[in-house]
This record gives sequence, structure tokens and C-alpha cells, in this order.
Amino acid sequence: MTTVPAAAEQSEQSSPAARLHGFAAGDRVFRLVLSLAALAVPVLLGFLVWELVQGSQLAIGRYGLSFLTTSVWDPVAEQFGALPLIFGTLVTSLIALLIAVPLSVGVAIFLVEFAPPIIRKPIGYLVELLAAIPSVVYGLWGIFVLIPFLRQTIFPALRGVLGFLPFFQGTIVGPSVLAAGIILAIMVMPYIMSVTREVLVAVPGSQREAALALGATRWEAAWTAVVPYARSGIVGAVILGLGRALGETMAVTMLIGNNHEISASLFKPGYTMAAAIANEFAEASTAIHLSALAYVALSLFGVTVVVNALARILIWRVSRGQTSGGAGL
Amino acid sequence: MRRRVRRWKSRVMVGVLVLCAVLAVLPLLLILGTLIAKGASSINLAFFTQTPVPAGESGGGVVHAIVGTLMIVGVACLMGLPVGIGAGIFASEWPASRLARSTRFIADVLNGTPSIVVGVFAWTFIVAKQKHFSGFAGSVALAVLMIPMVMRTTEEMIKLVPNSLREAALALGFPRWRTSLKIVVRTCMPGIVTGVLLAVARVAGETAPLLFTALGNDYLKTNIRQPLAALPLVVYKYATGPYDDWHRLAWATALVLILVVLVLSLASRFATRGRFNAPR
Repeated sequence: MTTVPAAAEQSEQSSPAARLHGFAAGDRVFRLVLSLAALAVPVLLGFLVWELVQGSQLAIGRYGLSFLTTSVWDPVAEQFGALPLIFGTLVTSLIALLIAVPLSVGVAIFLVEFAPPIIRKPIGYLVELLAAIPSVVYGLWGIFVLIPFLRQTIFPALRGVLGFLPFFQGTIVGPSVLAAGIILAIMVMPYIMSVTREVLVAVPGSQREAALALGATRWEAAWTAVVPYARSGIVGAVILGLGRALGETMAVTMLIGNNHEISASLFKPGYTMAAAIANEFAEASTAIHLSALAYVALSLFGVTVVVNALARILIWRVSRGQTSGGAGL
Repeated sequence: MRRRVRRWKSRVMVGVLVLCAVLAVLPLLLILGTLIAKGASSINLAFFTQTPVPAGESGGGVVHAIVGTLMIVGVACLMGLPVGIGAGIFASEWPASRLARSTRFIADVLNGTPSIVVGVFAWTFIVAKQKHFSGFAGSVALAVLMIPMVMRTTEEMIKLVPNSLREAALALGFPRWRTSLKIVVRTCMPGIVTGVLLAVARVAGETAPLLFTALGNDYLKTNIRQPLAALPLVVYKYATGPYDDWHRLAWATALVLILVVLVLSLASRFATRGRFNAPR
């Protein structure tokens, strides 16, 4: 009870003794009930980690850390190595960021610095609606609209122009690492856009005005005065998007082709950690197969925790810098 | 001369930014357009009242999945909302306490956890111990996803209530718990409802945590302890299946799913609009 604010204590002190007693009892029950609810959240995380570790114990015991560096995945021979999954997860997320970051940062700059107020809200809202679309619907659209389109137009064009690179060689089948990366780009765009927009809005107006007063054009003011000021917040937004991309499951499962193989070609089917769990968990029959998949889940969880914590710290640093800077002005 | 070049560069870059905005909005319009074009024609009375027909035959509906989703999400709400809202009120009532600070951080960690990982958790926690799949295990997974979301929005909303309101109630001799529940929470009720609607909208569209918990079911069941169908599971099954008729149903089901999600998100926008600033 050390943290009860002064206001509450004062009201207790100024009340008659009998009512004071009733107050204190009611407040104690109130606090107890709410503490239990708040306590449930850390307990939940503890349970989650505990169950994942328990579930993957068998695989950890048998393969140890070499699980993450070997690439044979054979449930029949009980050989499991997650390297192709990790590779696929990283490559698809990287493609997603390469496409989504310029686009979403561009949209955010446009909305904050240039867009007329009438279209500012609707466009921001439309992009944010992308985040509300369920993953499985992206997958459905990807299978029947995006993949046929990519196979007929974009992929052949890429092979024609950039075919000298190993990334764009080989036969074009459709379901591929590149298709999964592109759908991921669409899916993480709203997250990067809305956080970037928030940090740009938080940049003090004096920053803009100073650049304009020195004779900068509006673009120069935005690019040289506003964006650098918000840089670490934008990096935070990008890392937050990375966290989303790493763990995204359904759309990727439906588009990536599910193939345990490491290949330089982005036209080839691949696999991600999340997709392997989604695809194999319900059908896994042996204890070691289930345990290997739980181990994949545990690794994925570990990576996303680190990535998200990093993003939070960066975004938090910008908003804190903001308040202290604002107080000085 | 240089000035002119710089002006032109500014104009070109603004043009590029406009292009970015167009490119960013395009996927949404394309996805919604395709859903309506391919899904709307298959939506009829049978779609909402019948269960699936055997593979290869045409017709049938998804009433089993509608009932399943309502049950799974409903039970998830029963478990997740009291905890989420309670934790949110705690974190805003005692914001500096150690419990509030660690809970806030852990809720952010949980918020970023991939839903498939939560599915694995629900599997080892419930399914592996009961030795059978069940809608209830799916509800547990969805509740785990809801709690941190609801907690954080509840907390943010309560923070917006002016302190003077709280002080006035305390000065009038209200005990703290009544101040909190009758004055503070009631004032920001629309905001809390928004958070709840958004959380429901998000988990209603989740597929990954249900894959090996609720599993799916082709029959209309109302027992939460059995495997249950859900709209996202139906979309997944039909989209990845080989039959044209399945694909048709997948589009229609996806359209229904997205309408549910969009209506919930729009409703949440209207819940906060206007009324919220009144107490200021």
C-alpha cells in the first residue's frame, strides 16, 4: 500500500473513524481483486515459456543447439534440423522490409508533411485497415490473385532483367519465397506506417520552421530536418514490422510452397518457422516430431521477444526525448 | 538556377510520395474488390443455414463455422475480458507500482508474440493433457491473445480521464473503489468498449492458434469440449483444397469474415467518437 497516491490517503484521514474502517476494507478488496488480474499477465507469460520448454525438452535433449544449424528435416528417420526454416523466415522478412519500408515511410511522410488535411485521415485509415484483414484472407487472395499475377508478369520480367543474379534464376512455379515476401510486405506496411506517422507527428514544429526559414524547400525541410529528428523512432517502427513479419503464419504458409530446402533462387518454394508449425503440428504423430516443432516455436518466440523489446526501447527513447526536449522549449 | 533545380526536386519527391500513398492503398482496394466480386454471388440463405455437403458436390453452407466462431470467441471473451480489463484498471490506478510496471512490459511482450506460438502453448497446455482437440483449447489460445491487447487499451483509455474528476469524487467522500468503478471507469466506458471490440475483431480472424486446438469440424456442434469449426479455419481448408466449389465457398466465407471484422472495427470508431471528450 505504499504507492497509494496522496489524494486517497487524505480522503481517508478526513473521514470519520467508522467510515474510514469501511473504506479501507472495500479498497483493500478492490486492490486485491485487481492485483490478481494484473498478476495473471506475468503468470501467463511464465506458463507460456514453461509449456514451450517442457514441450521441446525431448528435442532440446537430443539435438541441442545443432538443431538450429543443421538442415535435414526427416520425420520418418527422426532427423530434425531447423536451418532451412530459419533461413526462409529471415529471407521472407527481409524481402518484406525491403518493399514495405520505403513505401510505408513514404506514406507516413506524405501524410504528416504534405497531404491536404481532407485526405490525411481517410488515407491513413485505409492503410491501417490493412492490419484488420485476417491473415488467412491474405492467403486466399495470394493463392488466387497475387500468385497468378506474379507468375505471368512480374516474375518473368524479373528473370529477364535481373536474371544474371542467382536470386532470379530457375523455373517459375508460383508458390515461392518471393511471393510470400511480397504478401508479408503488404501485411507489415500498416504497422510501420502508423508508428512512423506517430513519431513524425511528435517532431516539434520549430524543427520544420527553422529549415523553411533557412530557405529549404518543403521536401528538403521534411527530409533533412524532420526525418533525421525522428530517425530512431522510425528504426523502431521498422523493427516492430520485422517482429510482425517473423511470426506471420497463415498467409506465408499458403504462399511459400512449404519445402524444406535452402536455395538462392527466390522463385523456389521455401519454408518458414511459423509455416512449418502450422503445417505439420496437427499431423505430427511421433513425440520427437511434436517436440521438434515445439522447439521451433520456442526459438521463434525467443527471437520475436528480442526484436520487439528492441523496437519498444527505440520508440520509447524517441518519445522520451520528445518530452524532455519539449519541456526545454 | 540552383534554386530552380531544388524546387523541381521537391516537386518530384512529393510526386513519389503520392505514388507511395497510391501503392499503399491499392492492395486494400484490390483485396476488398476481389472478395466482393468472387464471394458475393455465393452468399445466399443456404450459405448461412446449411452445413457442408460431401466434397465434390455443390451447395452447402457454413452455419457450423459461424456457430463455432461465436462459441470459441464467446468463451475466449468470458476468460480474457475480466482479466484484461482488471489488469488495465490496476495498471492505471497504481501506475508506478512494481506489479503495474512489470505487467505493462510483459503485456507488450505478449502482444508481439506470434499467434502460432500461442497455439502451440494451448496445445501443450490443454490438448496434450486432455488427449483430444477441443473448441475450449482454441478459446484459451484466443484469450491469451486478447488479454494483453485489452489490458493496454483499457489502461490508455483510463489515463485519458482527467484527474480532477477523480479528485472531485474523492473529495465528496467516495471510497476509492467506488470512485474508480463508478466515476473513472464509467467515464471512459466507450473507450474500453472500443478496445474490446478491436480485440474481438482481431481474434475472430485468427487461424493459426486454432489449427491444432479447435481443429475444425464439418458438422454443426455446440459442445465446446469437442473439435469445433471456425470461419478462418473454413477459409483455410477450402482455399487450399482442390475443388472449385470449395474455392467458391472460401471466397464467400472470407467475405463474411471480413465484413464481421470491418463492422467491429468501424463500430469501435463510432463508440469513441464525440462522447469521449465530454467530461473535459
